[in-house]
Amino acid sequence: MALKGIDLDIAAGEFVAIMGPSGSGKSTAMNILGCLDTPTAGQYLFKGAHVEALSRDQRARLRRRFLGFVFQGFNLLARTSAQENVELPLLYRGDSAADRRASAAKALQDVGLAGWERHTPAELSGGQQQRVAIARAIVTEPAVVLADEPTGNLDTQRSHEIMGLLLALNRDHGITVLMVTHEPDMAAYAHRMVHFLDGRIAQDAVNANPTTVAPASSAAETT
Amino acid sequence: MLFSVFMLALRSVRRNLLRSFLTILGIVIGVSAVITMVTLGNGATRAIEEKITSLGINMLIVSPGQRIGGGGGGGVPQFIEADAEAIAAQIGGVAAVAPQGQARATVVANGRNWATTVSGSTVDLFDIGNWELASGRVFAPDEQLSGAAVCVLGETVRRELFGGTPGTTGLGEQLRIKQFSCNVIGILVPKGQGGMGDQDDTVIVPLHTLQRRVTGSHRVSFLVVSMAEGADSRPLKASLGQLMRERRHLSEGDDDNFNIFDTQQLAETLSSTMGVLTSLLGAVAAVSLLVGGIGIMNIMLVSVTERTREIGLRLAVGALEGEVLLQFLIEAVVLSALGGVVGVVIATVASWALASAMAVPYSFDPAINLLSLLFSAAIGVMFGYFPARRAARMDPIEALRHE
Repeated sequence: MALKGIDLDIAAGEFVAIMGPSGSGKSTAMNILGCLDTPTAGQYLFKGAHVEALSRDQRARLRRRFLGFVFQGFNLLARTSAQENVELPLLYRGDSAADRRASAAKALQDVGLAGWERHTPAELSGGQQQRVAIARAIVTEPAVVLADEPTGNLDTQRSHEIMGLLLALNRDHGITVLMVTHEPDMAAYAHRMVHFLDGRIAQDAVNANPTTVAPASSAAETT
Repeated sequence: MLFSVFMLALRSVRRNLLRSFLTILGIVIGVSAVITMVTLGNGATRAIEEKITSLGINMLIVSPGQRIGGGGGGGVPQFIEADAEAIAAQIGGVAAVAPQGQARATVVANGRNWATTVSGSTVDLFDIGNWELASGRVFAPDEQLSGAAVCVLGETVRRELFGGTPGTTGLGEQLRIKQFSCNVIGILVPKGQGGMGDQDDTVIVPLHTLQRRVTGSHRVSFLVVSMAEGADSRPLKASLGQLMRERRHLSEGDDDNFNIFDTQQLAETLSSTMGVLTSLLGAVAAVSLLVGGIGIMNIMLVSVTERTREIGLRLAVGALEGEVLLQFLIEAVVLSALGGVVGVVIATVASWALASAMAVPYSFDPAINLLSLLFSAAIGVMFGYFPARRAARMDPIEALRHE
């Protein structure tokens, strides 16, 4: 039993950091919040729908409409251009090729990768790869982006850039951002911090003074 | 969606070009083997049918002796010309009957000699035996009755005697058979090698000519009977057998001392035998198609395992189970159908080349080609389904964590 009696409410437009040591249940919580998994007991309401009662395919439809995912390991398709990686979720919405191309180009522009469309992941730096992954997450204009340790594989400077991007999504596009992280520096961007411990929520606090700009040392784009 | 998935499959095939090639090799070999076998088998059947047709269709050959291949048949009495007349008069469904006498003889002309078979018969033999004239004419009824010294040459005899001499076709030349000379009045169109040796190695003279001047006997060796169009050979053979028993005074318990050889029946037997052989070869080749299908399943399973993270990602971003299934199924079908197409191309070239090497007529059979293509695609569905289902049923969380 990874989670033991959790009561968590997340409102639209929030920026929430989920923290806690490994084994604390935060990953399970993220999987349930991302409609990838269902709780063995209890309820999860997403936009009023009882997710725990939905079938696999129904949850997939929910994910393709409302959710975007960013992973620690990027999970980009190798030997596939940034453009095509970003187009991937649109394939399952039945968008036409022209629409997919336009949406993907716009998403890449939003993450600051205009002009990098033809490059494959192998030709991109880690920070750029994660930007492509973020573009892929937002290309469907989701309500929620779930980021599982999005900066775990990046150096500090890239990490701050990615955080700046997530912050902008939350601020400018009104996207709810849920982020798992180990790093207090990164969690400091969130407006609310939820600490997990042994399958329970140990602390759920508003961040009174969130970071709004990346530290000066990493402000300049150098990739 | 379907189109995108199809493009996705094509890209995946192209991305692993060498692997894709090796994967479809089994299908390629299977499809080309099936098509080549069936095409060659059908060609061989047709070749045999053509040879038999050249012997004369709807033809019965009545020969003395106890069993087929008995030849002259030792002490067994031969036929006489009256037997032929009796058959023509008394048996329904008979179009014509030609009594045929035969003798081995050395013929001499143009300063050369050649050992051949001299046949004596009526003019009906040319129709019954499907003989056509290349030049000249056949003998007239009065020449037949009077036993005139005229003869018609088969192509082999003409070539051996006159082939090396420019300025003559042999027509109008004198030919010496044993002690008498005859005038060459016709040359036959060659039939080629048949089931019964070189049919063109023959000289045909009127029956009375043969009897009086060569064999010195009024016996004939065979009765060649042609059936009327559409006549059924079985009852005809039965009544013919009955008549011959009466004429040869056989009592109830005696065995037949003659044989009735039925070219139609022979043709049917040979065709059906060839048909069975062709299906057998095709079936053996089809086994290799199955093996090819297993190869595809193997590679698809490897591919699904390799791409576990990709599958997890697709599921996470909202791919339905059916969509992932379809993607891998189409990939398998694209592979196997590609194998089928390449197989058809190779089979066409191979069966054409082999057919000309084996001197068998070649014809493109659309049915077997289409069938092989459909079958190879079906193999893709059959053997692709299991790996595709495995991909579709993956848990996205587990799949994304896969190393």
